[in-house]
Amino acid sequence: MLSVETRQRAASWLDERLGLTAIGEFLRHKAVPVHSATIWYYFGGITLFLFVIQVLTGILLLLYYRPTPTEAFESVQFIMTRVEFGWLVRSIHSWAANLMILTAFIHMFSVVFLHAYRRPRELTWLSGIVLLGLALAFGFSGYLLPWNTVAYFATKVGTDIAASLPGIGPPLARFLRGGDEVGGATLTRFFGFHVAVLPGLTTLVLLVHLALVQKHGISVPPKVEQESRRRGVPIPQMPFFPNFFLRELMAWYGALGVLGSLAAIFPWELGVKADPFAPAPAGIRPEWYFLAEFYTLKLLPSHVWIFEGELLALIGFTLLAVFWALLPFWATNRQGEIRTRLVTGAGVALLAYLSTFSALGYWR
Amino acid sequence: MRRALAVAAAAGWLLEAAARDTCLECHAVLEGALQRPAVLYKADVHARHGFGCAACHGGDPSTDDPKLSMSPARGFRGKIARTAIAKLCAHCHSDASLMHKYNPRQRVDQYAQYVTSVHGQRIAQGDAAAATCTDCHSVHDIRNVKDSRAPVHPLRLPETCAHCHADAQRMARYGIPTDQFAKYRRSVHWEALAERGDLSAPSCASCHGNHGATPPGVASVTAVCGTCHVLLEELFNKSPHQPVFASMGMAGCIVCHGNHEVMRPSPAMLAGEKSVCAQCHDPDSSGAKAGAEMARLINQLRASLERSSAMLERAARSGMEVSEAQIRQQEAQEALVKARVAVHAFRLEAVREPVEAGLKITAESYRAGVAALEERNRRRIGLAVSLVTILVTMTGLWMAIRAIEKPVGGS
Repeated sequence: MLSVETRQRAASWLDERLGLTAIGEFLRHKAVPVHSATIWYYFGGITLFLFVIQVLTGILLLLYYRPTPTEAFESVQFIMTRVEFGWLVRSIHSWAANLMILTAFIHMFSVVFLHAYRRPRELTWLSGIVLLGLALAFGFSGYLLPWNTVAYFATKVGTDIAASLPGIGPPLARFLRGGDEVGGATLTRFFGFHVAVLPGLTTLVLLVHLALVQKHGISVPPKVEQESRRRGVPIPQMPFFPNFFLRELMAWYGALGVLGSLAAIFPWELGVKADPFAPAPAGIRPEWYFLAEFYTLKLLPSHVWIFEGELLALIGFTLLAVFWALLPFWATNRQGEIRTRLVTGAGVALLAYLSTFSALGYWR
Repeated sequence: MRRALAVAAAAGWLLEAAARDTCLECHAVLEGALQRPAVLYKADVHARHGFGCAACHGGDPSTDDPKLSMSPARGFRGKIARTAIAKLCAHCHSDASLMHKYNPRQRVDQYAQYVTSVHGQRIAQGDAAAATCTDCHSVHDIRNVKDSRAPVHPLRLPETCAHCHADAQRMARYGIPTDQFAKYRRSVHWEALAERGDLSAPSCASCHGNHGATPPGVASVTAVCGTCHVLLEELFNKSPHQPVFASMGMAGCIVCHGNHEVMRPSPAMLAGEKSVCAQCHDPDSSGAKAGAEMARLINQLRASLERSSAMLERAARSGMEVSEAQIRQQEAQEALVKARVAVHAFRLEAVREPVEAGLKITAESYRAGVAALEERNRRRIGLAVSLVTILVTMTGLWMAIRAIEKPVGGS
C-alpha cells in the first residue's frame, strides 16, 4: 500500500502536468437542467457511445477483413465462423451501426422538438447534421464491404441514382465506383472511405460538435424557460459530474445490453456471395434508413412532365436536406422569436414522412 | 413529256398488278370454308416471306377474272390431294439454295426423312388418311416451330400427335393403341414439359423422330433414351443386364421404366410391392436381394440428407452461420444422384460407393448443425450472464446516484 503522503505527491505531480484540479473544478461547476424533457439529453451521449463501439469493433474486424472481391466475402465468413467471438464482433458492429443511426435520428428530432437549435447553437445544429450525413455515408459504404448479393445490388442501385444527377452525376458515380460499374475498385474505394476518410472527418466534426455543446451548454426548452420566468423559480439543475454522468453511464449500459441481446439472438446475416454476372434478385432494398427515399423513388413515375422522375426526386431530396440543415435560420422571425409551431409542424411532417414511407418501403 | 408520263403510268400499273393477290382479295369476301384460308393466311409464315396462294395452288393472282385466275391453263392446281402435299412442300423445302434465301439454317431433309417414315410410306401406298405435312404444321396458318402458337411447338406437339393417335376410330384400321397420350400425360417427361415448361423435355418427336417418325425398335430403345440419358445408357450397356435383355428380345430401358408412361424413378422400383426387378427375379434370388440392398442404401442416404438439412436449417433459422455446411450438403445431394444413376450398372458396389461418400458428408453436416445449435445455446447463456452483470451494474449505479442525491440530513 502506498502511504498517504506518496499518493498526495503522485496526485500533485499529475495535477501539475495534466491540470486535474482545473478539470475537476470544471466538472463540478458544469450542470445539466432538470425538467420533464431531460431524458432526451441522453441520446446524444448514447450515439457517441455507439460510435465508440463502432470504432473498437471496426478495428477488430480490420484484423481479418480483406477488401477484394475474391476475398471479402470469405474473410467475413471466416470472421463469423472461425475467429473466436468474431460473430459477436461483427454482429455488434452491424447492429451498433443501425442503432447509432437510430439514436442519431432520435437525437436530431429531440433537438427539433425541444428547439435546442436556436441562437447561439446554429453551428452546433449544422455540425450535427453533417455528423448525421457522415453516419449515413458510413452505413452506405459499410454495407458493400461483406460483398454479398444484396449489398452488391443495393450499391449498384445507389450509385446509379447518383449517376442520374445532371452534370455532376456521371463523374460522381464514376468517382464512387472507381469505374463504370460496381466492382473490385468500388470495394477498395468504399473500404478506404469507411475506415479512413469517414472516421477522420467524423472525429473532426464530432470534436467541433462537442466543443460547441460545451461552449454553449445544454439548451433548455423555451416552454420550460417561460414557465421558470413566470414562476420566478430557477430551473432545477443537477451536477454533470457525477450525477448526470452516472445516469448517462446507466444509459450506455442499457444500450450495451440491447446491443448484446440483438447480436446474440439475431446475429447479422452474411447472405450469399455477390455475383456481378447474376441477375439482380427480387426484393432488393437498401438499409432501413434509406427506405423512405427508396420508396419515394419507386412511387414516382418515370417521367413527370418533361423531367425524369428519378431526377425530380433527387432534386426534391436535396432541397429538403438543405431546407432542413438551414432550420435554425428559418425558424427565427425578424424579432428573433422562435416559430415554434412552424418548426414543430415541419418536424412532425418530416417524421411522419420518414416513418410512413420507410414502413411502406419495408412491407411493400 | 407525255411519253414519259405514259411510261410511268404503265410501270405503276404493272407494279400494282404484280403486287396484287386476287386470290386473297376474292376469298376474303366469300363466306365459310372459302373465306377461311384467306383469313388464316395473314398469320402464315409463307405470307410473311411474300408467298401468295399461287405458290402452292398455282393460277394467276394478278387478274380479277376467276375464270382466268383459276384456269388450269395458268397452272391452277386447286385443292392439293393429300397424297401430293408432301411432294408439293418438298418442291421448295428440299431446295437448299431456295431455302437459304429465307433461312440459311433451315434444314432441307424433311422430305427425304418423311418418305422413310411410317406416315410417308403409307402415303406412298396411297393411304390418304396417313399424316402429311399439313396435319402437323397446319395449313394456311403455318407458323415457325419457335412460335408458341404453332402446333409443332414443343409444348403443343404431344397434343398435335394425339389429335390422330388418340383417335380410336382413326387408328382402328392400323391396329395400334391410342392410349399413348393419356399415358404420356402421366409421365415425368410431361411433367417437365407441361408443368415446368422445360422445352428440352422429351415429347413424341424426341423418341420417334419428327419427319422420319418411326417407332423405336427393340434394339434402338436404349440408344433413343441415351440421347438424353447418356450416362445411364453407358452404364446399362456395360451392365450384366444388357446381353441378357438383348438375347431375350427385351427393349432395354422400357422393361423397367415403361415407354410413354415413364414415371419418376424411386427406390421403390428396386424392392417391395412396386419392384420392377420382381418382374424377372424371384424374391429370394441374389438379383432381388441386390435390388433391395440398393434401395436400402439409397433410402438411407436420402433420409440422412433430409435429417442433416433439417438440422442445418434449424441452425440457420437461429441465426447461426452454417453456409459452408449447407454448400457441402449439395455434394451429398450429388452423391445421391450418382447413387441413383449407379443403379443402372446393376452392381451393388457401384451404388454403395457414392452412398458411403454421401453419408460421410451428411454426418459431418449434421455434426456442424448440432455444433451450431450448441454454440447458439452457449451464446444465449453468455448473453444471460452479460445481461445480469449489466443489470447489477446499472442497479449499482442507480444506488450510487441515490446515495449522492440523498438530501443531507434527510431520513
